[in-house]
Amino acid sequence: MTGNQNATDFDQLTELAKSLRKDVLIMTSEAGSGHPTSSMSAVEVMTSLYFGGIMRYDASNPSKPDRDRFILSKGHASPILYAVLAEAGYIKKDQLNTLRKIDSPLEGHPNMLRVPGVEASTGSLGQGLSMGLGHALNAKLDKLDYNVYVMMGDGEIQQGQVWEAAMAAANFNASNLVAIVDLNGYQQTGPVSSVTNPAAYAEKWKAFGWNTVEVDGHDIKATHQALVDATAYSDGPSAIIAHTKKGKGVSFLEADFSWHGRGVPKDRLEEALEEIG
Amino acid sequence: MTLGTRAGLEMGKATRDAFGRALQEIGASNDKIIVVDGDVANSTRAEWFGKDNPERFFNVGIAESNLIGVAAGLAACGKVPVAASFAAFLLCNAYDQIRMSIAFPKMNVKLVGSHAGISIGEDGPSQMGIEDVSLACSLPGMVVMVPADEQSTRKATQQMIEHVGPTYLRVGRGDVPAVYDENVDFQIGKAITVRDGGDVTLIANGLMVSAALDAAEELAADGISARVLDMHTVKPIDQAAITSAATETKGIVVAEEHLHNGGLGSVVASTVTSTVPCKMAFVDLDDKFAYSGDGDALLQEFGLTGEKIAEEARKIVQG
Ligand SMILES: Cc1ncc(C[n+]2csc(CCOP(=O)(O)OP(=O)(O)O)c2C)c(N)n1
Ligand SMILES: [Mg+2]
Repeated sequence: MTGNQNATDFDQLTELAKSLRKDVLIMTSEAGSGHPTSSMSAVEVMTSLYFGGIMRYDASNPSKPDRDRFILSKGHASPILYAVLAEAGYIKKDQLNTLRKIDSPLEGHPNMLRVPGVEASTGSLGQGLSMGLGHALNAKLDKLDYNVYVMMGDGEIQQGQVWEAAMAAANFNASNLVAIVDLNGYQQTGPVSSVTNPAAYAEKWKAFGWNTVEVDGHDIKATHQALVDATAYSDGPSAIIAHTKKGKGVSFLEADFSWHGRGVPKDRLEEALEEIG
Repeated sequence: MTLGTRAGLEMGKATRDAFGRALQEIGASNDKIIVVDGDVANSTRAEWFGKDNPERFFNVGIAESNLIGVAAGLAACGKVPVAASFAAFLLCNAYDQIRMSIAFPKMNVKLVGSHAGISIGEDGPSQMGIEDVSLACSLPGMVVMVPADEQSTRKATQQMIEHVGPTYLRVGRGDVPAVYDENVDFQIGKAITVRDGGDVTLIANGLMVSAALDAAEELAADGISARVLDMHTVKPIDQAAITSAATETKGIVVAEEHLHNGGLGSVVASTVTSTVPCKMAFVDLDDKFAYSGDGDALLQEFGLTGEKIAEEARKIVQG
């Protein structure tokens, strides 16, 4: 399997995170719609996962039975998934600017039938963890050694199905399953705190029987360590609560949650890219 | 939007906008109305009501089954809850809750599903409600409405609130042609004859009414006189309008922005077969999910156009 198995070069990962953020901005700006801010909060976690030696995968063999799986349950953050899959070699980089176009496999939400490396078709929030549990249970059935990572939004976990999956995973002692909650503080219409209390999220996952850690989701070393630990944990499923910022890296996006679902207009793209550096 | 061009229709507002505005107006004087949202009120336009009446607005989170249950509880206490979300999430995610908590106990809940159809475009199939009409119609007692434009949606919203019992109102995201002015005679269960004609009947709802009017224009140029019925209420269906069409014209083309099975076409066909069998054709999404892309282009690719309706109508007329 490929994936960086050597000592992790955090400077390199930091640079890579920047370039992935730029990919997200450019592709959603070109598309004129999409969810850049939801993608940008997830960048460091996904960079660590795919390029920090956590996940074992082979882009030339996307259905290899013992590959590690990543499921983007918050499917609207597809731009960061596509940017990562391009960097990892599943798809071509020049495909990225076809996002959301009629002939492009890079749909608004990930479609597993059209994009290699996409493990689940998502976009209706709340379904990824259950599918991830299915993948995780299969490892035992097929006597394979692989891990499953599922990323959810902090608004998304208001869905009851998430907690159905959480209870079942703990019951099945699915230690090869890792849930990541991208706690960026906002959902579509406002702050998460106006609907549920995100400060109590870690306690909830613990109460549901998960090995739970909270981490600064933009600290590449810290996210990497959290993923290493969660992967190594063998006594049940693990949850990583990643404290992040929606739109991280571009101040005007961070400042206004109503960017949710909107691409950066072309005349502000340069400004946004410059800030990322 | 190219639909409605041939028929000379002007562009009007999106049906979700018309719903949002009407709800805001009615809500100002009717304090029984409560909105239950699933974190999409800016999309469904229920937020306009919410801003005026924060104490009668509940965002229960991204949790559609919870949304439905909460609405059912409010209805049981005599309130008139409007449960609004994307058509896809509301009907599909919470179908059992709609069935058990609303339809079975006949709760007076007003379901509103926005972003219906493939014309939403770029967000893609996960967000496109294309099976919602079928699901809603399957439930005993549910009134199901698919209005075509701004003015008829205004009236549909008013009547949905006046009607006692569960209802489902389907609205779309993008601007659509204006078929009617403010005097439109909209009544639940009563089709509107938008254009009279004696050779063939085009039955449509939602934005396909504009397409049917395009088709009628095209057919007129060939000397074929087409009747256009806006079947905005799929349930209860207007049997009389359908049997007249089946009797007086050579056949019926049904057009809808919905999957084939269980939609308007199925309902019209079952009416026709049990009353006055006639030739029929269907313009719909067949049995396929769509994909991302420009909404207008998708309508073309899936044949949801006036040309396609006219083509089917010609086949019927020419036998
Ligand atoms: C079942 C369902 N309901 C509603 C939506 C509409 N929707 C898309 S994104 C979103 C907000 C998501 O918030 P969060 O989970 O916090 O993700 P973020 O964008 O902040 O990363 C909503 C409500 C959806 N996609 N699926
Ligand atoms: Mg969030």
